[in-house]
Amino acid sequence: MWEYTDKVKDHFFNPHNVGEIENPDGVGEVGSLACGDALRLTFKLDKNGRIAEAKFKTFGCASAIATSSVLTEIIKGMTLEEAAKVTNKDIADYLGGLPEQKMHCSVMGREALEAAIENYHTGGKKKHELEGKVVCNCFGVTENEIERVIRENDLTTVEQVTNYCKAGGGCGGCKGEIEKIIERIQGDKAGQVTETQPRWAGRLTNIQKIQMIQQTINEQIRPALRADGGDIELIDVDGDKVIVALRGMCAKCAIADITMKDLVEAKLREFVSSELYVEEIKNTAGDQRK
Amino acid sequence: MRTIYFDNNATTKVAEEVLEEIKPYFCELYGNPSSMHTFGGQVGIKIREAREKIAVLLGCEPAEIIFTGCGTESDNAAIRGTLAAYPDKRKVITTRVEHPAVLSVCRDLENHGYTVVEIPVDRKGRLNIEQLAEQLTEDTAIVTVMYANNETGTIFPVEKIAEMTANKGIVFHTDAVQAVGKIPLNLSKSTIDLLSISGHKLHAPKGVGILYVRKGTRLAPFMLGGHQEAGRRAGTENVPGIIGLGRACELAMQNFSEENKKVRQLRDKLEKSILEKCPDCMVNGDPENRLPNTSNISFEFIEGEAILLMLDKFGICASSGSACTSGSLEPSHVLRAMGVPFTAAHGSIRFSLSRYNTEQDVDYTIEKIPEIVNKLRKLSPFVPK
Repeated sequence: MWEYTDKVKDHFFNPHNVGEIENPDGVGEVGSLACGDALRLTFKLDKNGRIAEAKFKTFGCASAIATSSVLTEIIKGMTLEEAAKVTNKDIADYLGGLPEQKMHCSVMGREALEAAIENYHTGGKKKHELEGKVVCNCFGVTENEIERVIRENDLTTVEQVTNYCKAGGGCGGCKGEIEKIIERIQGDKAGQVTETQPRWAGRLTNIQKIQMIQQTINEQIRPALRADGGDIELIDVDGDKVIVALRGMCAKCAIADITMKDLVEAKLREFVSSELYVEEIKNTAGDQRK
Repeated sequence: MRTIYFDNNATTKVAEEVLEEIKPYFCELYGNPSSMHTFGGQVGIKIREAREKIAVLLGCEPAEIIFTGCGTESDNAAIRGTLAAYPDKRKVITTRVEHPAVLSVCRDLENHGYTVVEIPVDRKGRLNIEQLAEQLTEDTAIVTVMYANNETGTIFPVEKIAEMTANKGIVFHTDAVQAVGKIPLNLSKSTIDLLSISGHKLHAPKGVGILYVRKGTRLAPFMLGGHQEAGRRAGTENVPGIIGLGRACELAMQNFSEENKKVRQLRDKLEKSILEKCPDCMVNGDPENRLPNTSNISFEFIEGEAILLMLDKFGICASSGSACTSGSLEPSHVLRAMGVPFTAAHGSIRFSLSRYNTEQDVDYTIEKIPEIVNKLRKLSPFVPK
């Protein structure tokens, strides 16, 4: 059971400003059914350019509904310049805090607000759109968005990033990449928390190499394949040749060769050694190794 | 406020009769069942009696019952103990909809060089038996398939699978945590080798489980120490838990058909009324082969945690397959494996009943649900205008 503050509960059971403004000055949309939460924010300005009215419609859990409700309260009376400065932390603080795993709800509020302001200024897109490289494919989170939550909330671990913007919370295949972004932004602070393998200098012993290959497959490769209903098994390592078998969807996949070259080899070269190359064994249901 | 408890697949109330039975074993009859003196020995006799009562419910021999600490321990011990007994076999077959107590173990094995095959299910949660049959190779150490699914109540054809594995000399384990006490079982007529049970799912206290091990099944010991449980699971017995579980099995035996009928009627009434009163709802699972107490309903356009909190305000306890309730960001792996669309998975609610539920419980809930669903749908941006 989540421990919500009384303020969260109050805004969930009795949300303020529910609905949609007709002919709004700005509309912002964020999230989707697949993501598990979504918010549509509309606002209208008064003649002094201040937000006279704001309304929301939200699909999501109690904290998603509560953050949407307080968002409309917070921005009422603000100019758009002021509203643009509202951070996800402001929203969470207003509620007396949110459970760590629910912080992404406050980020969703801020994103919808941004999209609505942009919609007012340009009249163009009203949907919070992806800008920059997508890092987390499961939840469609970009590098820009990840960088932003790290900076605004001073995050130092992948788990925190997942709590704040969902990135890494699906198959987990992008956790390595998120770690690197944290490292880049937080520098020394992140040094103490990253648990990636050190980039080995010089020669690896065979045992080290095999262990690192297995670890890379377990942590970096399998989660991404699993998300598509596939799987991978490490059969053997012979010098720099890594012999693997693909299972499930991957085994039958027409683009299996591409999957192999692109994903497995790239990850192994990145995390273990640039000398490695991959070979696939077909049709081993495990029986050959008796 | 009255509590209406529809979360019996999570845990159940300890039966009053069970509590009465175990009370003396804390402050009065606290001896160690292994002791040589009469004071401890009399407790040993009670444990033997409990084992016998449980054997009656399962249709097995008392010596085939190992007491454990919980259902999860039974699952872990069954899988790991089998693999340890067959070190040359490297393949494990399971399903995509197992409880984490099985699935997490299998996925961990995968990281240690085992081949794990997860058999998929169809839209109603039914297992693809042909696909399972194809996978039964010589290299297979164990097949583990749950008896009934905890989220949807779908019952799997485990007896049929057990026959298939027996013919090939492969060990078969089933996690029967949700099935025992709800549907009849007769292990003497079955070829199931290993079966897990959890006490607190059938009105016994928490902290006690069973692993049934068919006579002659090879299984490595899983807790080393004293001679308890024939040396397979050492450690001083959870005396009140075991005696309570014995009594709970006896009660389940006595009231089987009558209670099942009552629970099924209540469940059906609840489900039917909700579907009638709320548009855009659907039942998840296989209506033909389902536990009598479980109903899993998806409410379109709204999210499960929000529904649960609103129910909670009225004292109604249920659970959800929504991502937000689990602490993860993905909705129920069971519903996803069934191909239930994301939207319906996020809005799924599980009602699980027991013999302690009443007609009033059901009527009250039927009255509140449409109110809650309408309120949340008013907030939802996805409801078509």
